[in-house]
Amino acid sequence: MAEEVKLLMTWSSPFALRVVWALKLKGVQFDSIEEDLSNKSPLLLQYNPVHKKIPVLVHNGKPISESLVILEYVDETWRQYPLLPDGPYDRARARFWAKFSDDKVSPSMWGVFIKQGKEREEAFDQVFENLKFLEEELKGKKFFGGEKIGFADLALGWIAERVCVLEEIIGVKIVEEEKFPLVSAWMQEFVKVPIIKESLPPHEKLVTKIRGIREKFIGAA
Amino acid sequence: MAEESVKLLGYWASPFALRVKWALKLKGVHYEYVEENLPNKSPLLLRYNPVYKKIPVLVHNGKPLAESLLIIEYIDEAWKQNPLLPDDPYERANARLWAKFFDEKCVPEVMGAFASKGEEQEKAAKARENLKMLERALEGKPFFGGDKIGFLDIAVGWIGIWGRIVEEIAGVSLIDAETMPLLTAWLNNFLEVPVIKACIPSWHELLEHNKGFHKILTGSST
Repeated sequence: MAEEVKLLMTWSSPFALRVVWALKLKGVQFDSIEEDLSNKSPLLLQYNPVHKKIPVLVHNGKPISESLVILEYVDETWRQYPLLPDGPYDRARARFWAKFSDDKVSPSMWGVFIKQGKEREEAFDQVFENLKFLEEELKGKKFFGGEKIGFADLALGWIAERVCVLEEIIGVKIVEEEKFPLVSAWMQEFVKVPIIKESLPPHEKLVTKIRGIREKFIGAA
Repeated sequence: MAEESVKLLGYWASPFALRVKWALKLKGVHYEYVEENLPNKSPLLLRYNPVYKKIPVLVHNGKPLAESLLIIEYIDEAWKQNPLLPDDPYERANARLWAKFFDEKCVPEVMGAFASKGEEQEKAAKARENLKMLERALEGKPFFGGDKIGFLDIAVGWIGIWGRIVEEIAGVSLIDAETMPLLTAWLNNFLEVPVIKACIPSWHELLEHNKGFHKILTGSST
């Protein structure tokens, strides 16, 4: 049976990128459908009526949303290049760091990105606290997945892919190599992985877009 | 084989700890329960969960795990009897999605109605709207897991108890039998299942405990 895999996404979404990485690592052929989030398509509203968000993976007509849930589905459906490790405890830890990325790291990074003055200093404290946990977790490992990238790396990968963009826009270094040598090394190694490297969104286009988002946010505050 | 050691650090009034208890009981896993004297967090808790510093924490043969839904998935993988998640990847994805929806879109709204002073009706209305959506996942089955209890049942089930407590204390409606017939019927069934019912804390104690919380959160004087 011919398999049909579609991914509703936007070129700049770090959540969609996680799924792109997973599918490419597994060598799964898919059609990417670029969504205009200011004008959501009937397809998106049909496939994700509850959240109305991308990414949505549609596999033989069945939709799945929420990037981390999609990653688990992809891992269970296509068994080549496993993203999660074998043992239950290691799997649970990988899921834990993925959740930590969305629960804690991402909001703290956003705080640093849009806040100013004293509020930004406090946001930095949050970021550093979170990065310390990641630094600890990377001890003795090249990637969170060990020798090669895995579930947690894909979940946290936006740090490697996007922090340099945030730093360029705010003109401040967020992840300093002296403070976080292991996280810094991981960031560099992650974007060197061929599948990751070839999938990175165009840098200048991304900077322009995210700068625009920041200005809008700060302007509205 | 070496003897297995399973410890659950919990708190009697926590619905998140209750979820994990339900999972362990459904699997027939013997465990040692350690009650945390919240808000005084023990050094053990802080050592086992330095990231979030919260219960529940499951410690299996000395290895700690935090975050209740992740713990339940772990329990399901470590003990194969009585599977909680379905076999099919698409159904598993749906179970995880609805559990995430419940935690991220229903629970905060319910807490919002509970903690509000003046806006509780509006927040409860939003909570009801989101809770109603869960009925899509029931699809005429007795339980979210089908014929028997599964992952999503134990993820969501506590709303039947805590929801009623919030209704009583905050004077709102959250689970409405008329507009949510499927959810209401499911809750009535779920909470009567012996292994589920046996773990539920005393209604009276929970009510008093949460009345105290409510006073603090809303700054009420009485």
